[in-house]
Amino acid sequence: MSLSLSVGTVPGPRKDPSVAAALGRRRKRADLVVRTLCIAATLVGLAFLASILVTLTYRGFEAMSLRVFTHVTAAPGSDGGLLNAIVGSLIQALMGTAIGTPIGMLVGTYLAEYARGSRLGNAVRFVSDILLSAPSILVGLFVYTIIVLPMGNFSGWAGVAALSIIVIPVVVRTTEDMLQLIPNTLREAVMALGAPKWRMIVFVCWKSARAGIVTGVLLAVARVAGETAPLLFTSLGNNTWSTDLGRPMASLPVTIYSFAASPFEDWIALAWAGALLITLGVLGLNILARSLLRSRK
Amino acid sequence: MSITTENGATAEAAGQSFGGVQARSSVALNAPRIAIRGLDFFYGDNRALKSIDFDIPDRQVTGMIGPSGCGKSTLLRVLNRMYSLYAGQRATGEVMMDGENIIAPDADLNALRARIGMVFQKPTPFPMTIYENIAFGVRLHEKLSKSQMDERVEWALARAAIWDEVKDRLDSSALGLSGGQQQRLCIARTIAVRPEVILFDEPTSALDPISTLKIEELIDELKRDFTIVIVTHNMQQAARCADQVAFFYLGELIEVAPAAQMFTAPRHPKTQEYITGRFG
Repeated sequence: MSLSLSVGTVPGPRKDPSVAAALGRRRKRADLVVRTLCIAATLVGLAFLASILVTLTYRGFEAMSLRVFTHVTAAPGSDGGLLNAIVGSLIQALMGTAIGTPIGMLVGTYLAEYARGSRLGNAVRFVSDILLSAPSILVGLFVYTIIVLPMGNFSGWAGVAALSIIVIPVVVRTTEDMLQLIPNTLREAVMALGAPKWRMIVFVCWKSARAGIVTGVLLAVARVAGETAPLLFTSLGNNTWSTDLGRPMASLPVTIYSFAASPFEDWIALAWAGALLITLGVLGLNILARSLLRSRK
Repeated sequence: MSITTENGATAEAAGQSFGGVQARSSVALNAPRIAIRGLDFFYGDNRALKSIDFDIPDRQVTGMIGPSGCGKSTLLRVLNRMYSLYAGQRATGEVMMDGENIIAPDADLNALRARIGMVFQKPTPFPMTIYENIAFGVRLHEKLSKSQMDERVEWALARAAIWDEVKDRLDSSALGLSGGQQQRLCIARTIAVRPEVILFDEPTSALDPISTLKIEELIDELKRDFTIVIVTHNMQQAARCADQVAFFYLGELIEVAPAAQMFTAPRHPKTQEYITGRFG
């Protein structure tokens, strides 16, 4: 190292305490302004959220009763419940996740382990990201065109297909992100034992990333559990008890959508109850996902 | 580093005191296990190794030293073809083991890596139980019964001097071990596959002094059965462990000699400067 300046000759004017103090006051003023704006924005956001949650909880609990879980939807005034919608939602969300998860995991694995920096990989990642933020009604219309029209009727299968298309990009992203967090030395350590690449991926990489991938899947379930638009054009809704995936199938979001817009008070009350159920379900899934992520650290 | 030595002057005596540690007494080098001839290595267009020629003696410890970026780790990663995982990295020349060129394009990499194991700078336990960590590598290359596998796991852990510490918790996660234990687990995992050569890439640079000492004793013990190549930044470690030392600088092999000679009478002025701590 060769320092041309000795310690005694620091370039620039002499150190002046009053300049430092003025700069400090300016920093404090800027800090105050920015901090006020941040707090105000947070309060506005929280106020809306709190208003929604309070209303939802109040109206939802008011309408909640055992009948909601034991009776299927019925004509206005005839004391119906939401059983068919709850079961329909569970079936479609779980099957959509079951179909979308393996596809999403394999694509995410391809992106992280095989296609790093390759053209095809970048193209796939780009398309997947677009799909992630695409309006879900497009997915509904797409499935309507390729499944509902050729088959001639709305069906639970079409709903499952639409939801699985929404699940795929969510799982692709989390899988790829989680796999990329794994240090390359771990991969090298597996390969250094003479392991083929697929064994490295299945037994070490997936295992390391498991908590993260499971979290992504839970968030995907939470996402599709509340989707209405893709189901409107696919499984349509069904006011009677049916678990036949070949026929139209009820779901909570679609039931809420149609009941809330109706003029009947008991239907509107049921819509509140359904909305509360979905919210609690999504909340539960999010808490589970977060606790999984935390336990990993 | 504060190593000082009156270089050259007290050259002839083997087992010379060096920087406060006793250099390994002079031993004759065994027949070559791996012969490197005219080896060049490229990261893209960047030539990282330049016409390397030297022999790695059988069942002895070869230490590779040199400042950062000199190519010593690169050479280590040539020996088990680790570089083949990455596009744009290639080697030319000959690295002969048992009459076969390791770096030939048609070499069977999985078979090669079963014969040449590697231990990394940072411990790399797999996210599974201690037992499964050891069994994982063995299952890749052998079909063993449950009792045979149990024996092999115990043997490997015992050879890596960690059996006593883990025998009661073989079914718990390997991630719960301390850094030093994890590194010995990685050594056990490597020897469980029964390789002929073990590569160590700065195996103690992430460990505390006591763990370091254990690993060094282990390396000394392992060379009865395995040919060992170790990259180290620690000159005293090279002096303690190695039978042969190779000094690299800017991608070139400057000097290779038995350890006792290297640390008491280096032939090349660059080597002398490096081992006396004047640069690096």
